[in-house]
Amino acid sequence: MKLAVVGAGAVGRSVVELAGEYGHEVVAVADSQSAIVEPEGVDAEAVLTRKAEIGVVGDDDPDDALAADYDVLVEATPTTLGDAEPGFTHLKAALERDRHVVLANKGPVAERFGDVRALEADSAGDVRFEATVGGAIPAISTVEDVEPGHVTAIRGVLNGTANFILTRMAAEGLDYDHVLAEAQDLGVAEADPSFDVEGTDAALKCVILSNVLSFGAADDLESAREFTLADAEVAGIRDIPGSALRLAAEDGRTVRLIGEATGETVRVAPRLIPENGTLAVNGTQNIVQIETTHAGRLNISGRGAGGPETASAVLGDVGRLE
Amino acid sequence: MSGPEFEGTDGVDPDLVSEGDDRGGSREGDGNADGPSPDGGHSPGPSTHTVRLELVDEPGQLLAALQPIANNGGNLLSIYHERGNKTPRGRIPVEVDFEATEERFDGIVEALREAGVNVMQAGTEEYAEELTIVVFGHLIDTDLSDTLRRIEGCASASVADVSLAAPQGTEDVSSARLRVEARAGETTDALAAVRSIAEEKGLRVVEPLTGVEA
Ligand SMILES: NC(=O)c1ccc[n+]([C@@H]2O[C@H](COP(=O)([O-])OP(=O)(O)OC[C@H]3O[C@@H](n4cnc5c(N)ncnc54)[C@H](OP(=O)(O)O)[C@@H]3O)[C@@H](O)[C@H]2O)c1
Repeated sequence: MKLAVVGAGAVGRSVVELAGEYGHEVVAVADSQSAIVEPEGVDAEAVLTRKAEIGVVGDDDPDDALAADYDVLVEATPTTLGDAEPGFTHLKAALERDRHVVLANKGPVAERFGDVRALEADSAGDVRFEATVGGAIPAISTVEDVEPGHVTAIRGVLNGTANFILTRMAAEGLDYDHVLAEAQDLGVAEADPSFDVEGTDAALKCVILSNVLSFGAADDLESAREFTLADAEVAGIRDIPGSALRLAAEDGRTVRLIGEATGETVRVAPRLIPENGTLAVNGTQNIVQIETTHAGRLNISGRGAGGPETASAVLGDVGRLE
Repeated sequence: MSGPEFEGTDGVDPDLVSEGDDRGGSREGDGNADGPSPDGGHSPGPSTHTVRLELVDEPGQLLAALQPIANNGGNLLSIYHERGNKTPRGRIPVEVDFEATEERFDGIVEALREAGVNVMQAGTEEYAEELTIVVFGHLIDTDLSDTLRRIEGCASASVADVSLAAPQGTEDVSSARLRVEARAGETTDALAAVRSIAEEKGLRVVEPLTGVEA
């Protein structure tokens, strides 16, 4: 497949780097300021070096990448709330040209799922978005395999930053602020960690899962219930005192930021779970637990973020479009 | 109050009430009151029910509480109260056994509640499910014992155990682990009650992930 990669951050760059290994060809790359378009395939190493050294990927205009001759648009620009731009416009441009779209960007499927499905219905192109939930973990394709109508609930730990902080607080008896500073030093938490520690990121993932369940089980697009962040009940981990984790530990329990999606409700909150239970993954690990009607409970844990991990999910989606 | 017995104070007709020791026996049937009837299909006859009521310590309260039972087709069997025992809210717990059909039973509980009687427990289920909850925030400043009393006061829950950790002294953020017992099938109600009390007081609740033996 010929790929146009829009967004050259951790994810976009890894897609550019690894695409060849998966048998695909990158014909265009864009960041916020520039683009490079090479119908015969870009020189991945040269593009990445240029991005690292001078901050741009090429001499072309970002819009040129959208206009290039590709099969799949890989959308890896920042996740935004509300109108989900610029991701949504990129997705629309590709579908209107009957091209496929693979999203790493959560915005379009968390905030405008109905619009995305409607555009997709009018296009010969498909939209896939495995990378938006749980990084490397094949959550969405597993739900598709089991079939959304046979999934009763999905829950899990879907934010590595929050999980790292809770794990360290419990293990070291340290307070939130202390562990956050450590996480920032390690590059596990961003300078502004709000999105992760307030539960927004995990909630977006649960909203996406609820949309998958709701639209997947509905007879047609019109009858499916659409979820957005506004439908989620969200509580974060910012205020949790070390004493709460100690009391939990005294009782063989621990606290994890757990997201739940049922196709009817979306909820993210710190919850008490057994210390040695399946959901009590450590550090930046994620876990997705899928409750099914006939297949019992499925657990998939793994790395929920990271450039190559997320690129692996993106390229898996590209493979499914072939 | 450990004073006069209700029956005396309230002048309940002794024929209506037989305060007996048959409570153990009378409880048995209740658990299966809504179970399958042996002949399948026919509506089941009257069965014995126990309700736990909370009464304000004032004359006339017991009679007021018993009337909705008799008026709605319940046949009183016994009344029991542990003398000297009070609920955390200073009310007097009373257990009443009576016979009624399943249909009428629901009407009776409703009538009791409408009459302002606090029905703590209806049926025979004991507190069957245990929930561990961690609450944190300004627990002490917001009157922890009042918080606990109010959790106790809600029909579906009872606080079995409390552990408090207040590392920064009483004025700062502290945490408490509560073991709450809820009646079977009512953990959601119990959690909702805890949540709303906490919200009112600006406390945060770390709820257990229930229904997942993960
Ligand atoms: N990182 C992960 O582990 C992970 C996991 C799952 C999903 N995701 C999602 O994947 C997306 C990308 O993540 P990331 O970590 O790679 O983000 P990032 O490092 O912030 O990179 C974002 C990239 O998008 C580019 N960009 C911004 N606006 C653009 C526009 N209008 N047109 C073209 N490019 C534009 C930026 O350009 P400049 O370089 O010029 O600033 C940058 O290269 C996000 O939506 C994120 O939520 C990330």
